[in-house]
Amino acid sequence: MGLFKLKGFPGTGSFPHGIHPPDNKALSANMAVEVMEIPRTVTLPLLQHLGVPCKQIVKSGETVGYGQMVGKGEAFVSASLHAPIAGKVKRNTMVTLPNGRHLDAITIQAEGEQIPPERIWEDVKFTQWPRDGFSDYGSMDIVKKIQESGIVGLGGAAFPTHVKVMPNDTRVIDTLMVNGCECEPYLTCDYRLMVEAPEVIVTGALLTGRAVSAKEIVICVEDNKPEAIKRLQQATRQTVVQVAVLKTKYPQGSEKQLVKAVVGLNIPLGGLPADAGVAVSNVQTMAAVARSIIKDVPLTHRVVTVSGQGICNPKNIFVPIGISLAEVVDFCGGLTPNAARIISGGPMMGFAFSNLSAPVTKGTSGLTVLTHDDVRKADETNCVRCGRCVDACPMNLVPTRLALAARYNNPEIAAQYHIRACVECGSCAYVCPAKLNLVQLIREGKAQLNAWERR
Amino acid sequence: MSDTNRQINSAMSPEDRPGRKPPFINVAPSPHISDSRADTRRMMVDVLLGLSPAIIVSLYLFRFYALKQLIVCVVASLAAEYFFVRMRGKSFTLKDCSAMVTGVILGLSMPGSAPWFVGALASVVGIGIGKIIFGGIGMNIFNPAMVGRAFVMIAFAQLMGAGAYENVTGLVDAVSGATPLSALKFNGVHTDIAPLFMGVTNGSIGEVSAGACILGGLYLIYRKTASWQIPASILITVALIAAITDIAGGYQGVFLLHHLFAGALMFGAFFIATDPATSPLTAKGKMIFGVGTGCLIMVIRLFSGYPEGVMFAVLIMNAMTPLINRWTIPQPMGQREA
Repeated sequence: MGLFKLKGFPGTGSFPHGIHPPDNKALSANMAVEVMEIPRTVTLPLLQHLGVPCKQIVKSGETVGYGQMVGKGEAFVSASLHAPIAGKVKRNTMVTLPNGRHLDAITIQAEGEQIPPERIWEDVKFTQWPRDGFSDYGSMDIVKKIQESGIVGLGGAAFPTHVKVMPNDTRVIDTLMVNGCECEPYLTCDYRLMVEAPEVIVTGALLTGRAVSAKEIVICVEDNKPEAIKRLQQATRQTVVQVAVLKTKYPQGSEKQLVKAVVGLNIPLGGLPADAGVAVSNVQTMAAVARSIIKDVPLTHRVVTVSGQGICNPKNIFVPIGISLAEVVDFCGGLTPNAARIISGGPMMGFAFSNLSAPVTKGTSGLTVLTHDDVRKADETNCVRCGRCVDACPMNLVPTRLALAARYNNPEIAAQYHIRACVECGSCAYVCPAKLNLVQLIREGKAQLNAWERR
Repeated sequence: MSDTNRQINSAMSPEDRPGRKPPFINVAPSPHISDSRADTRRMMVDVLLGLSPAIIVSLYLFRFYALKQLIVCVVASLAAEYFFVRMRGKSFTLKDCSAMVTGVILGLSMPGSAPWFVGALASVVGIGIGKIIFGGIGMNIFNPAMVGRAFVMIAFAQLMGAGAYENVTGLVDAVSGATPLSALKFNGVHTDIAPLFMGVTNGSIGEVSAGACILGGLYLIYRKTASWQIPASILITVALIAAITDIAGGYQGVFLLHHLFAGALMFGAFFIATDPATSPLTAKGKMIFGVGTGCLIMVIRLFSGYPEGVMFAVLIMNAMTPLINRWTIPQPMGQREA
C-alpha cells in the first residue's frame, strides 16, 4: 500500500482493505450499446431520486411532447421529471420499485410523432462536443440548467446533482472527480459509455468543473478497463481533464474510498465529499449534464446493463426512463430456466425483487439475473471470530461485532463499534466463512440504535 | 398462478417457455454473492492439512504410541461433541470438523506414554467444558484443546509431567531420554539444534519437529486460515527474551536457538495461539496477544517449576482476549480525531 503512489495525485491509487470478487463483466463488456424501440407506455414514479418527491404538473388526458416537464421538483433536494416520449398522460398508477418503495407514478401512452431513439443515442455518441467557449455560461446558469433538466447521480444513489454542484462559500471545491470505476460485478453500462462516447463525458466534466470552480478535474477508472482508459486519454487530450488509473478492488467506486485513493483525504464520518474539498459524480451524469447544457435536452434516457448467467443474451441498452423491466428482460432474450434472483443493480449492493412490471428509474444502473449456482449459500454456522470481515471492511470496522450486537439487540455495543460508519458495501458478508448475513444484521442494528436514541 | 409468477413465466426465453415450469425466483437482502471458496468447514480442513506434517513426523517417530494417542483423542472428541451438543438440544455440528481439529491438536500435545484414559478425559473436558458449555464453535473463551490438556496435566501430574516422557520406546534412541527443555532446565544439558529442528528428540508427539510445524504453519498463513501476526509476534518476543538471557549468561546463541526450536513453541505459535475463536479480531489486537503470549511463555520457562509454558501462556492470554478486543476497537475511516 504505502509503496504504491498514484502518479500526479496525492493519493495511493487504492484504499486499505476491500475484496476481489469475480467481476463477470466479460458477459456484457464487449456488447455495444443497443437502442430499444419506443415502448407503448412509460411509467414515471414521482420519486426516483434521494429527497422530496416532485410535484405532478400535467393532468390525465393531457398531451405531452418529448422532453416536456411532467413533474416539478419544488423543494431544493428534489428533481424534476420529463417525458421521455411524446404521448398522452393516462390515469396515475401505483408502482412498487425494486427497493421496496410504493409510489404514485405518471403513466404516458405513446402517441403522435416521436423522435427516433437511435437519433438520441447518435447525439450522445457525437464526437464534436465542444471543449471551450464555455465563458458564456456562468456558474449559476449551469447549476440552474442542471436543476431544470432533472439530473441526478446516475451511479445508483440518484442524489440530485444540482445540490452537489451548488456553489457554497463555506465549502470550496478543489477537485471534481468523475467516477468511472464501476466496481460492482456484472455492470458495464458506464464502461460502454466511456468506450463509445468519451467526448460527451469530457464536455460534461468541463462544464460541471466550471460550475463548482474546481481547480482540477479527474476522471477515475479502475485498471481492469484498459479500453476505456485509452479512449478517455484520447478524448481528454489538450484539456485540463486528467485520467486517474486506480487499482481494481471492490468497493473502489464508493465515494469515500475513491476520494481516499485519489486525493488521499478522508471524508469525515457523516460528512460530504465537499468537506474534503471534492465533488464526486458518475460518468453518465456528466453525459447528461453536457447534453442538457449544450443540446438543451433534459434527462430522459440512460444506458442500462442487463447481465448475469440467468439472462439469455446479456446486453447494454439505451432505454427511456420509465420503460418496464419486463420489456427490458424480453429484449435480452428472457430469463433462463435456472434463473433464481433478479437484482436491480449489481450483486453486491443491488435490490432483489420479483415484480417485473416495475419501471427503469434514473437510478437503475443495471439488471443482474443470477442463477441457483450463483446464489447457493452454505448453512450458516456460528461466527468463528476469524476476523476476515475485519480485514475486508473498507471503512475499518469490526462487522462481526456490529452484526452480533444487532442480533442480541444491543445498540450500546453497536454505537461503541461505530455502526453508523458502515456503508453496507457487502464486503464482510462476501468473505464470511460462517455465511452470516452481516449486512442485513447491521442494517437492523442501525434501526435499533435509532430507536434506542429516540427513547 | 399469481401475477408475479405469470410475469416471470412470460419473461422466460421463448424456446424455454412451452411445457416448462417458470424459474423459481427468490429475493434476499444484498450482497447476493459470497466467496464460495471460504466456509467454516474449509477452514477446519485447512488446519488438518496444516497439521499433517507434524502428524507424519509423530507417526514416524513414535509409531504405535502416536497412533494410539491420535485415535483416542479424535474418537473421544467427536463422541464428546456429539453427546454434549445433543444434551443442549442443538443441531448436529460434527460436520464442521472443528471437533476433529481439537482432537488432533490434543493428541499431538500428549506424551506418547500417557494411558488411553488420559487422552479420553482430556478430550471430554476440552470439548464439553472448554467449548460446548460456552455455546459451541466460536463461542468458547479458552482454546478447548488446552483446557483439556491443562485439566489432565494437573489431575494426572505423574502421567503427564516430565517423567512421562522418559519411558517411551520409539524408533530413535534420543526419544527415550528426557525432553530437551527439561534436560536444559534440570540438568543444564542442551540438545543440538539439528535434531530439534527435524524432531528427532523426545517430547509431546506432535511438537518434537519444529520444521514440520513451520511447514504446516506457513501453509495456514498462506491460506489465510491463521493470521501471520500471532506467530510472528510470539516468535519475535520469545527470541528477544531468550537472546537477552543468552547474552547475559554467555551461552553464545545455543540458549536462544534452544528456546526457539525446542518444546511446544512452534506448534503453539502456529496451531494453538492462532485459534481464531480465542484470539483477538484486529491486526493490532493480534500483535498484543502474541507479545503477551511470548512473554508469558518465557516467564514460565525461566522462572516456574514447569520446563514448558506454551499451554498456560495461551490459556492466560485467551482470558485477556475480550479485554484486548475492547482496547483495540479500530477507528473508522474518516473518524474525526477526538
